[in-house]
Amino acid sequence: MSKPVEIEEAKFDGTVLKAKIPVLVDFWAPWCGPCRMVAPIVDELANEYDGKVSFFKVNVDNNPKVASKYGVMSIPTLILFKNGQPFTNIVGFRPKAELKKNLDKAL
Amino acid sequence: MNETMKQYDVIIIGGGPAGLSAGIYTSRACLSSLLIEKGAIGGMIINAKLVENYPGFTDGISGIDLTEAMHRQATMFGLETVAAEVTGVMVDGKNKVVKTSQGDFTAKAVIIAGGSERQKLGVPGEAEYTGKGVSYCATCDGAFFRDKVVAVVGGGNAAVTEALELTKFASKIIVIHRRNELRATKVVQEKAFAEKKIGFLWDSAVETIMGNTFVNKIRVRNLKTGNQSILSVDGVFVNVGSQPSTGYLKGVLALDANGAIVINDRMETSVPGIFAAGDIRSNSIRQVIGAAGDGAMAAVNAGKYISG
Repeated sequence: MSKPVEIEEAKFDGTVLKAKIPVLVDFWAPWCGPCRMVAPIVDELANEYDGKVSFFKVNVDNNPKVASKYGVMSIPTLILFKNGQPFTNIVGFRPKAELKKNLDKAL
Repeated sequence: MNETMKQYDVIIIGGGPAGLSAGIYTSRACLSSLLIEKGAIGGMIINAKLVENYPGFTDGISGIDLTEAMHRQATMFGLETVAAEVTGVMVDGKNKVVKTSQGDFTAKAVIIAGGSERQKLGVPGEAEYTGKGVSYCATCDGAFFRDKVVAVVGGGNAAVTEALELTKFASKIIVIHRRNELRATKVVQEKAFAEKKIGFLWDSAVETIMGNTFVNKIRVRNLKTGNQSILSVDGVFVNVGSQPSTGYLKGVLALDANGAIVINDRMETSVPGIFAAGDIRSNSIRQVIGAAGDGAMAAVNAGKYISG
């Protein structure tokens, strides 16, 4: 049973950019309605793609530098990282089927 | 997956307050009900941090708390929900067939509650820079424009309210409107005129949105003189209206000049057994309570239709 892990910007490079498998980072904030709607979908995907993709969450209120570094100007933004680079950038709520397609493309 | 085997009493298209309210009423009346939503349950209002005017909440309630509760309530009474996009609705004898990205579904009655979409400017750069400086929601994205210069396009309540919301973050806001006076209500206009951070560009339209990785300027044309100018901005908030999501319904049922579904006071459309509720219908007041009220009326009348 795998869940997305909340991370801070200090740990971002070491965890996300150095990962050997693709990493999905969910940029969110507590006041963002659509972020709350996409969260349970990301939880399900974390479970289904356990071992194939790592899942992390970044609260943009507490971690503005890393959000700004990756050009997050609207939330939710999901960025799929592969080999330390942004591979896909998904802005706004998307249904599960669409997110799965994006994950499968990176595998 | 072949869902055409299962017939429902009612299919509800759209999971915002109109659809959810309809779902509460049809399910509680023991009508087998399916709600189809292509995006986030709750609809547009989930972007609102606080809904102050929904009756019964003296401290207000967030859009998402309100709609999540509606969905839980409807599900409690038996509403089924599927994530799919509706591509067509047809009448097949006594049944209605709803075609979706996840297969076809059939029902005795259909309640269309698909809401509306924010109107686009339709200018070069708009699509490319959406999420990179172009936004359709100041409450959602305003926080990312701290100390920046932004343009707000439009002259109605939405545009002026968004401009005021943006004063919390942006250093300067330029409201660009194609007329020489605002359409917004007087009280809202007064607030905007009193705001030092808000400036106005009248009789003007945005022609192009430009930038590098993110937006950094826009070309604006004065509609009276024809003069063009370039403005340095970090963001463009588009507020030029909404259009009902009725693309797939052209030729299926009666739509008004704005593309909204024509209904009578029983939420009946021009096709017997098909009802409409919320922002998708003609003369919607564009409020959550309006949508919820419409949904309940459509549900009750759909029940009457089914009982014959």
